[in-house]
Amino acid sequence: MTKTILAIDDSKAVRDMVAFTLEPQGFRVVSAENGADGLQKLRSERPALVITDLNMPVMNGIDFISNARRDAAGTGVPIVMLTTESSPEMKAKGKAAGATGWINKPFDTDKLIAVTRKLLG
Amino acid sequence: MSGSIQDTFFEECEELLEATDEGLTAIEGGNHDPEVVNAVFRAVHSIKGGAGAFGLDELVAFAHRFETVFDEVRANRLELEQKLVQLLLRSSDHLCDLVATARDGGETDEAHHNMLIAALDEYIPEEEEDLTFEPMGLGGGGFAPAAIDLPTAPTEETYRIRFHPMKEMYGTGNEPFFLFQALKELGDLEIKLDDTELPGFDAIDVAESYLAWDLVLTTTEPRDKVEAVFEFVEGLCELSIEGDGDAEADAAALAALEAAFGAAPSVEDGEAAPAPFEQPAPAQAPEAESAPAAAPVADAAPAPKADTAKSEQRGGPKPTLRVELERVDRLINAVGELIINHSMLAQQIANLDVADMRDVETELEGFKNLARDIQEGVMSIRAQPVKPLFQRMARIVREASSATGKTCKLVTEGENTEVDKTVIERLSDPLTHILRNAVDHGIEKPEDRESGGKNKVGEIRLSASHRSGSVCIEIKDDGAGVNRPRVKQIAIDKGLIPENAELTDSEIDNLLFLPGFSTAKEVSNLSGRGVGMDVVKNAVTGLGGRINITSTPGKGSTFTIILPLTLAVMDGMVVSVADQTMVVPITSIVETMRGSDDMINNLGADGTLLSIRGNFVPICDVAGALGLEKKDDQPPGVYLLVETETGQRSALAVDDIHDQRQVVIKSLDGVCGEIAGVAAATILGDGKIAMILDPESIIAASPSAAAFDTERRMNNAVAS
Repeated sequence: MTKTILAIDDSKAVRDMVAFTLEPQGFRVVSAENGADGLQKLRSERPALVITDLNMPVMNGIDFISNARRDAAGTGVPIVMLTTESSPEMKAKGKAAGATGWINKPFDTDKLIAVTRKLLG
Repeated sequence: MSGSIQDTFFEECEELLEATDEGLTAIEGGNHDPEVVNAVFRAVHSIKGGAGAFGLDELVAFAHRFETVFDEVRANRLELEQKLVQLLLRSSDHLCDLVATARDGGETDEAHHNMLIAALDEYIPEEEEDLTFEPMGLGGGGFAPAAIDLPTAPTEETYRIRFHPMKEMYGTGNEPFFLFQALKELGDLEIKLDDTELPGFDAIDVAESYLAWDLVLTTTEPRDKVEAVFEFVEGLCELSIEGDGDAEADAAALAALEAAFGAAPSVEDGEAAPAPFEQPAPAQAPEAESAPAAAPVADAAPAPKADTAKSEQRGGPKPTLRVELERVDRLINAVGELIINHSMLAQQIANLDVADMRDVETELEGFKNLARDIQEGVMSIRAQPVKPLFQRMARIVREASSATGKTCKLVTEGENTEVDKTVIERLSDPLTHILRNAVDHGIEKPEDRESGGKNKVGEIRLSASHRSGSVCIEIKDDGAGVNRPRVKQIAIDKGLIPENAELTDSEIDNLLFLPGFSTAKEVSNLSGRGVGMDVVKNAVTGLGGRINITSTPGKGSTFTIILPLTLAVMDGMVVSVADQTMVVPITSIVETMRGSDDMINNLGADGTLLSIRGNFVPICDVAGALGLEKKDDQPPGVYLLVETETGQRSALAVDDIHDQRQVVIKSLDGVCGEIAGVAAATILGDGKIAMILDPESIIAASPSAAAFDTERRMNNAVAS
């Protein structure tokens, strides 16, 4: 069965790039523009993996992660944060909220594929 | 990387740069609200993120500094004082340039680039500065830049790994199985499950973690690759990785590693010590339900949290759709045809000899209203606020100010006024030119301003507003105003007007728009670029608009640009002139009236005036102005009272008024060139082509108006 990946980022370029990278790998990629939008998609699309930006308008990535972890649709789903903030606090905050892992931005496609494989097998 | 994604990135950059500029302008205006600061940070941050993905290193490096400085502001470690704000504004301009260079090629001013970087670096604290030299391609995997002195020979190594997940790890979506799979890719892996902690079946708490694994990995890969596998679960498990053979040599590295991990599992004969709880437990843990150990398995479902997300939906941006402009334009053309089609249909039906037309007319009226709704809807798609345009202008003023050594600020008003996209695009050059001129010629030097009792900082006010179906753009400066004696002298010197010309103040001001006019004493490298205000005027008239200047010596000048709301459809009055059907734009008509002989007064040899309620206005014979021959000698009986931009009223004499309707504007450019008095053409309901008149130029060509003007001037001279 094709696994669905939810990409949340306020930049369409980043969302497109995630889709562009992962679709040829046999995944279905759906996207959302911010955390609030992401929560809705999480419930409606039931993704196997979520890749989310942290700094977004409306609802940021950290809030998305903690909300997702409190949601029936989001428990146990791996959530990867995309972060340019290489600061350890940001990662710690994300982890405390329940993030599975992270990818440093700017990311290359190999890294994205590697992390996806690592979390989805 | 796909080109289209890069296009998307650049499109986004435009928006992000606008957001940056908008935020900085607000900050410059004294609004230091954290949300504003955060918005700028986010925009620059997104540009950096995208640029990194496309390997635009120069852009990344600059955006990174910009962002870092802003982060300091965000963290309240830096104060937004005037000097910093100016630097940030200039950095934002430079960021625009870098994006443009990345997109279109070409080169940026390297000296300027380095100067800004150095200036920004001054605001960046020491340890942050080091970060900026870190190579940007972080994606490649776990290379530790410092660990160069590790042995690099690919010797085989055996690691004994003890892995005991905490229950929190399962809440983060990490799966031991996938971790083992990743390890297996590195070499030979033996997996041994340790289930000794597993309680009896009835005592199982599903939220608890009982299992541990002892793994033996034989690999030639370096140690950090092995550690990288557990990257995401550090702090969420008890983990020890013990190298075989060179245990002693590794002890130091292990200690360092453990320090880095923040956890210090003591490794004694495979017996794992409890790892300290570094991370707060995820909020999800349903302890309340599952605490009693005897609780049946099925009951320990996670507690649902229902209403948290709903509140987050409020205030989100309205969903938008990106559409190619071409598709919208196709729709606009189709709507234009629909409107023509409607009027043809109406005409055909009117020609039919049907006894009872009421039903048909009702339906036809409905058709007309629908067509108008569609047209307005489509037009509103093309309509955009002038805000981005105005924001770009702030930069023009900044640059012009620094090039001339003057201090000016741009104040904008009515930024949300919506104007057709094409109009906005084509306004950019004329506005740039007017603003440069305003800074260069209008605003005085700071010292002159001070001695003249003015604020040292010159103010240029750029405003947009809707005015009865048109858009009005005003550029008002508080500078010296037009130097009329000098303007007149230059016009005479250049042979643009005769030496003895009698001109009103307003006429002298408008000499600026004559081709080949340039007032700069020495050509400055700013506005003196070989184009004069005539180019501005042409650009504006090319959009179907008008431009006008008023000026008060010592107080400043105001340029007023009036533009049609749309370039495609307008409301017009259908009239007949010498047996020709013509259309007059409804926006220029103040009122219409039927005239009688006693209202007409002669003035001079060939001028006539219309007396309306005690006032006289010159009569402009439209047929005469267009060079049309009248069949009979009957004077035209209907007058359209129109008002020009300068507030002068005239009466356009036509034979008859037929109808008031929407007409589709068809440009005559490239068909027959420019015709004085004619703005464009349209297709009427009967399929005939009708000219759309330009009242302003008809009045200019009329002898009555000229005679009236002379008369008025003489009266003024007598009065003064």
